[in-house]
Amino acid sequence: MTQHNGHTGQERIGVYVCHCGSNIAGTIDVEAVALWAAEHLNHRGVVIARDYKFMCSSLGQELIEKDIKELGLTRVVVAACSPHLHEQTFRVACHRAGLNPYLCELVSIREQASWVHTDKKAATEKAKAIISGGVERVAWHAPLEPLHVPIHPATLVVGGGIAGIQAALEIADAGFPVYLVEREPSIGGHMAQFDKTFPTMDCAACILTPRMVSVGTHPNITLLTWSEVSDVQGYVGNFTVTIRKKARYIKEDLCTGCGICQEKCPKKVIDEVFEAGLGYRKAVYTPFPQAVPKYPVIDRENCTYFQKGTCRACEKLCPTEAIDFGQTDELLTVQVGNIILATGFDILDARRIGQYGYGRLANVFTSLEFERLSNAAGPTNGQIVLRDGVTHPQTVGIIHCAGSRDRNFNNYCSAICCMQSLKFAHLVRERTGATVYNFYIDIRTTAKAYDEFYQRVLDDGAILIRGRVAEVTDAARLPGEEGKLIIQVEDTLAGKQRRIPVDMVVLSVGLEPRHDAKEVAHRFGISCSSDGWIIEKHPKLDPVATMTEGVFVAGCAQGPKDIPSTVAQGAAAAARVLARIQQKEIALEPVRASVDENKCSGCRICNGLCPFNAIIFHEDRMVTEINPALCQGCGTCVAACPAGAISGTVFSNEQVLAQIEGLLLDVARRAIAPEPAPV
Amino acid sequence: MSANGKPKFAMYWAAGCGGCEIAVLNIHEKILDVDANFEVVFWPVAMDAKYQDVEAMPDGSITLTLFDGGIRNSENEMLARLLRRKSQILVAFGSCACQGGIPGLANLSATESLFAAVYDGISTDSQGVRPQAVWQVPEGELHIPEFYPVLKTLAQVVPVDYFMPGCPPEPHQIAAVVDLVIQALHGQAELPPPGSIIGASCSTVCDECPRARNVKHIRAFERIQNLAHIDPTLCLLEQGLPCNGPATRSGCGALCPQAGALCIGCYGPAEGVLDYGARLLSAFASVVDGSTPEEIERCLDGIPDPAGQMYRFGLANSLLRGGRAACEEEAEQELSYEAAHHD
Repeated sequence: MTQHNGHTGQERIGVYVCHCGSNIAGTIDVEAVALWAAEHLNHRGVVIARDYKFMCSSLGQELIEKDIKELGLTRVVVAACSPHLHEQTFRVACHRAGLNPYLCELVSIREQASWVHTDKKAATEKAKAIISGGVERVAWHAPLEPLHVPIHPATLVVGGGIAGIQAALEIADAGFPVYLVEREPSIGGHMAQFDKTFPTMDCAACILTPRMVSVGTHPNITLLTWSEVSDVQGYVGNFTVTIRKKARYIKEDLCTGCGICQEKCPKKVIDEVFEAGLGYRKAVYTPFPQAVPKYPVIDRENCTYFQKGTCRACEKLCPTEAIDFGQTDELLTVQVGNIILATGFDILDARRIGQYGYGRLANVFTSLEFERLSNAAGPTNGQIVLRDGVTHPQTVGIIHCAGSRDRNFNNYCSAICCMQSLKFAHLVRERTGATVYNFYIDIRTTAKAYDEFYQRVLDDGAILIRGRVAEVTDAARLPGEEGKLIIQVEDTLAGKQRRIPVDMVVLSVGLEPRHDAKEVAHRFGISCSSDGWIIEKHPKLDPVATMTEGVFVAGCAQGPKDIPSTVAQGAAAAARVLARIQQKEIALEPVRASVDENKCSGCRICNGLCPFNAIIFHEDRMVTEINPALCQGCGTCVAACPAGAISGTVFSNEQVLAQIEGLLLDVARRAIAPEPAPV
Repeated sequence: MSANGKPKFAMYWAAGCGGCEIAVLNIHEKILDVDANFEVVFWPVAMDAKYQDVEAMPDGSITLTLFDGGIRNSENEMLARLLRRKSQILVAFGSCACQGGIPGLANLSATESLFAAVYDGISTDSQGVRPQAVWQVPEGELHIPEFYPVLKTLAQVVPVDYFMPGCPPEPHQIAAVVDLVIQALHGQAELPPPGSIIGASCSTVCDECPRARNVKHIRAFERIQNLAHIDPTLCLLEQGLPCNGPATRSGCGALCPQAGALCIGCYGPAEGVLDYGARLLSAFASVVDGSTPEEIERCLDGIPDPAGQMYRFGLANSLLRGGRAACEEEAEQELSYEAAHHD
């Protein structure tokens, strides 16, 4: 694939300039550009140049096909929108007419000229230069054939929250094997921690646990909890995944999930994960009663036997002798064709927002803590009480956007906090009758039935104050503030500063990428945005695919979202995977890098650079090789190779330099024959 | 062929240090083969010769000419054109002729600032004096060669048949090339196609370097004198030393890195590489390990003279060609030349 025909100087090139309605024609004189190309690029091999209203329409495509057949075109340059949008369209059109699709070059005169300029004359000249670059470049193009690889029917789903559960069930129900890997002892994710779900106030457990049970019992799902993916090799259709199954110290084949071990374990531990630090668990535990799978894990760090060498109470009392202190971590290797990442989110550490006093002022709670407080199965059995565990608050302040839409923390909107905060207000009103203040910047209730819920909460009597809270303090200044938490806020609707004393403050803290999202992304060969969320292939048109073939993303790993959107993404990712599996094989774009072994000195500069793990180093021959199925043609190694031993198809030196020469054609011409100065 | 039937040999020293001339003698007894097989007709460093004698030779009468040094002034250019005309095979010999070499670094500066550095600096007492191409004296008019605004490579002035890199080319490579030409003259071997690089390999110095290599993560670039200890078996670049080996054409035998010194890139770019410095820079940048712009900046600051590091030998032959100041000056001169000839 490194071979190219080279410039024979005998190519017959067709140039097609698109109006794109007025998108291009409004700024660029497309007719003049086409005429110019026919006349001035004639000596560069252009035999025909046309303009057309919409090149991407069937009629536009037919125009190209007809010319290929009748004029014997050997190369095609389309000057239109960006390759992201229509490169495939025109390649396919060329293919239909019998021309290898990779002999077609799409140059952008919309995004790179008409949309970014207002000076019509200059934009027209720029379009000419861009087309000239395309003409020079396309002459160096070589016919390429796509690579066909088979698709392994199994799928890896990483993360057992509602996104991963949904994806796993969709694929398993369609009859294909799924490996569902979850880092915690149970699947369920954040949703399992909630009591109610907005806007319908369904019981989260009631709608979630049946799905969890389905996952646990599904014949097509291999459930691997208390496990993490440690290594990913291979490429779309053929991934080899290594999974570290952490030692549970429980024999899964013997354990009945009776719970005696948890009951008898003498070691109580604060549960920082599931109970958000508000409740206790034992050293041998399942995070919650409906956990799937039912087997507990022994927390080595806190187990008296592991730490002090004696105890073994659970072992003595287990009726089925399922405790096994001798277990060690296991490494499993599985083959899968596709991967769905549903790794979820972390919540922002509220301690970082110093002025809101979390961690310093006892009765400031995070949203996750409030979820546990209000959960009937939580540490207070659903009693909304202060940190002392008994006092019911008379007034509660709920602060929206804590750490979101704030340049000090995260610029983005965490998407769920408005509805979550309104849900909290509703729960407080319903369960305690306390006065509730919600402090918001804007109310964003954009999904189905959300705004109705907002109206309902207003009707419930919640008091909404528009303004970003400046401070939460316990320093009383005015009568009635003693012993209270005072919320200092500028009420922007009333236009004045207010101090509102409350008993309890709930911070609707923002969603953040998992603390290890970047490492996970690297392991799977994909990228994160500067915020840390996984980048999708296209934000609108390809929201669950990533730039790495065969790796999909669903749920909050891609960005903050509510449960309905998360479930939709889980199902969407599953549908994409199923479509792949049904195809049985996939054609990979032949845009690839390859190494000329004669030139490669084995310096290993490129070895650590590949975002797709496509680079292999052969120690014996001291040369580097690129796995063509893994390579995505990004060009990182091509640019880095100091010996020029790596070349990329479609981005060869000859092609890029020819394009530059073409772009500068006009400059070169003017240098030779300076235009007379305008009089 | 000369009267004694031997093919003719010439060598010329243009803008360079002369090390290439010495390197030819450094092929030891092989020099006797040169003498046995060639008649040396022009080699100012080794024998007396006049330019008029060369001018008097029939065109194409010299079989092999080794030309070392770059084109710095009108005399260099005149000799390049003359020897091109008289020679069958013209070899750009050594880094300066091939790529401009160290003198090419002067392309970063305009002529006046070069003259100021040379004639106004503390090392001379000729403050304010500038060389004049023509000077009137009582005896008549004196001429010295005209200094050009930029140094050019030999191939930027005349067509070149072969390029032999190195500062200077390694003796074993010179000997091999001499052998090859002699065999070709006897019809026992074929010369490579014109434009080829000879006396070198097509990979890079790492190919010949015995040091162990790993995946690279460079947190800091160090100057060699600042390192307390240098691992004698590990890749120098991995130890934070900006070794140019990865980007430099192989053929020298990796002598410098084997001796614990950095490769400084005298053999120039590898086969097919257009711009040595750009390649090397992007290679270094690719393996810098820093998570913040400040960390990366700090790491790259460990290279105190990036132009000298990346383009020590190749500036004149790079896509950049030279600094803007020098290029503008050259363009101005060309324009005034054109204007003068249009009148």
